[in-house]
Amino acid sequence: MEDNILLAHGSGGKLSHQLIKDLFLPQYDNPVLAKLDDAAKLRLTGDCLAYTTDSYVVNPLFFKGGDIGRLAVCGTVNDLAMTGAKPLYLTASFIIEEGLPLAALKKILISMKQASEEAEVEVVAGDTKVVEKGAADKLFITTSGIGVIEKGLNIAGANAKAGDRVILSGDIAEHGVAILVEREGMELDVEIKSDVAPLNHLVAQMLKVSRKIRCLRDPTRGGLATTLNELATQSEVGIRIEEDKLSIKEGVRGVCEILGLDPLYVGNEGKLVAVVDPEDSQSVLEKMRQHPYGTGAQIIGEVVEKPTGRVFMKTSIGGSRIVDMLAGEQLPRIC
Amino acid sequence: MCLAAPARITKIEGERGWVEVGGVVREANLQLLPEAKVRDYVLLHAGFAIQKLDEEEAEKTLRILREIAEIGN
Amino acid sequence: MKYIDEFRNRELAQGLIKKIVERSTRPVKLMEVCGTHTVNIFRYGIKELLPETVTLLSGPGCPVCVTPNETIDKAIALSREKDVILVTFGDMMDVPGSSSSLAKEKSQGADIRVVYSVQDALKIATENPKKKTVFLAIGFETTSPTVAVSLIEAEELGLRNYFILQGHKLIPPAMKALVEDENLALDGFICPGHVSTIIGQRPYQFLATQYKLPCVISGFEPLDILQSIYMLINQIEQDRAEVKIQYKRSVKEEGNPLALQKLYRAFQVSDSNWRGLGLIPGSGLKLRNEFKNFDVEEKFPIEVGEVKENPDCICGSILKGIKTPLDCPLFRKVCRPENPIGPCMVSSEGSCAAYYKFRQ
Repeated sequence: MEDNILLAHGSGGKLSHQLIKDLFLPQYDNPVLAKLDDAAKLRLTGDCLAYTTDSYVVNPLFFKGGDIGRLAVCGTVNDLAMTGAKPLYLTASFIIEEGLPLAALKKILISMKQASEEAEVEVVAGDTKVVEKGAADKLFITTSGIGVIEKGLNIAGANAKAGDRVILSGDIAEHGVAILVEREGMELDVEIKSDVAPLNHLVAQMLKVSRKIRCLRDPTRGGLATTLNELATQSEVGIRIEEDKLSIKEGVRGVCEILGLDPLYVGNEGKLVAVVDPEDSQSVLEKMRQHPYGTGAQIIGEVVEKPTGRVFMKTSIGGSRIVDMLAGEQLPRIC
Repeated sequence: MCLAAPARITKIEGERGWVEVGGVVREANLQLLPEAKVRDYVLLHAGFAIQKLDEEEAEKTLRILREIAEIGN
Repeated sequence: MKYIDEFRNRELAQGLIKKIVERSTRPVKLMEVCGTHTVNIFRYGIKELLPETVTLLSGPGCPVCVTPNETIDKAIALSREKDVILVTFGDMMDVPGSSSSLAKEKSQGADIRVVYSVQDALKIATENPKKKTVFLAIGFETTSPTVAVSLIEAEELGLRNYFILQGHKLIPPAMKALVEDENLALDGFICPGHVSTIIGQRPYQFLATQYKLPCVISGFEPLDILQSIYMLINQIEQDRAEVKIQYKRSVKEEGNPLALQKLYRAFQVSDSNWRGLGLIPGSGLKLRNEFKNFDVEEKFPIEVGEVKENPDCICGSILKGIKTPLDCPLFRKVCRPENPIGPCMVSSEGSCAAYYKFRQ
């Protein structure tokens, strides 16, 4: 086998078949995919299906705590989980730039396999295309996912009501900062790694103790601030949080101080925000803390009636300020 | 207008220094602060150490703050 | 983190606020000159904790905001040249010029690179000998010495493809221009801490002596800002006008003489055009004759079209502290962080952005 991806790997001919057979299939050994038919045939039972798709482009492909493969599985699994669905099947489509080392591709495929095993989902269909050098940046992955939602479960961004508690599952800003650290080539004395993780099992545990979880959302791009604003807007409520309840790891704070970034706006890939009826908030919180991806869970605030569409934060010194959506891109700044 | 973070110097090689903020290491140009030594805290602005932080003065400020606020140690 | 966390203590902050409330009897208008102060005042919700007697005005201390359209237009024109790599701090990317921004030009294929330090610009120049590397040099006295160091180094290396587009400004002359404006009645200044680490205490002395204005050089953590406000109110209540340093852990009376020496080895004082404030004598820098080779405008005359500004934008009055963003007809309606009309909305520490982001 060659060392790098060639255009011929995308030709549909012999090399394409070899690539699928040698590199892809060994990672996704399941009866549905193994048939190699034009489409996967699935048997689904449930009240309602959840179906989502997302594309993953990340530079660099590999970073502390994960890689584009783990991200592509977890991101789509989490999107499903945030509707309360139990994720079942994924499809994955790869756009590969000519010249990508096969070893890198293999590493990413193995990482996808591990993430899908952890999330207990199966990759049942896939596609690869190879494009000329410069037409893509090394590797783009698109994953789509299907899950089933139990009868009676209604979790949506528009469901928050005044009085509900807002729970955050752990420390913020780790994924975005880990990527920046890699990109900027920063050295570290402490470990900073992406929090990228599948959250479906955590959600399943939460649903065991409460049927009054109103909203779930993973604060990815745009960070916690953006997610809270989305929820406040969709539900036409206000949200008040307390700065002191937010937890940020020391190294992550260090990077933010140096580069002038606000951690509230930095992306996460393994955290969730839950809006829960006050009656159930303690039991949900306790259940979350028992799960490895929820050990740092905290009630960070509550939903209020007014002003609608706004998020307020009680600051560490006791003042109050608006937390707005992120506008534009966060760039390292000097002022 | 000018972000600057308090950073601790961990290593010096000529005019190049390495500083640490919350465990994150960053190269810092020492040409504006050649007297800086390893373990000093400096203000890091746009990749340069621009001034040394004075621990005694920081303590003094905190002491004054506690006096004004009438809060004991 | 050392020197950060201890200055964000809630108990001390509450105690200080109580003392400010007790001490303040007459209405005062204090101006924080520096944009980082503005942002932290909003970020920590300091304004609403202060008594009604204390009004904080935001001054012109955001280098992005005071950079005139012409400079942006020039940077854009340069970035369109095939053999130019335009290097800038991230802060400048979204600032609208007359008809475009660096971010827009970059999306059209211009080679524009964001760096964290001017040293990175020097590196880019060394690695790309066939191209002209132009650094968009903005910033106040905190930043300009670092650019001076890069020029001195480039001179020693004999680097002939490294240039700067000069946009540096000096703070004390702008403060003088402000106090001479009759529309603006101030009772004291919260002086910029990090500029002062370089220039020290003396350059503000004229404000106390000639204009009888109390000045306190302040740090940036919430306790620093609160203590500075307390120190100013104390002076005002006692009818004193002195320059005091609150930020003693970082600011020495004499500043950083070596940084000043390097700064003035490469640069000399010149008049400078500030957005909103106009031409202020002695408020800018230009390259000394020995360093003229690094001046991109000197070497390659830049043609820009007509410089246009939105006539409804009141950034100028906002920078002077005469008006607030709430007085602007464009604020929130047309001018928003995702569609900024004026620079005070673009810069993360511009008054308009801070009002938009942190206040209702």
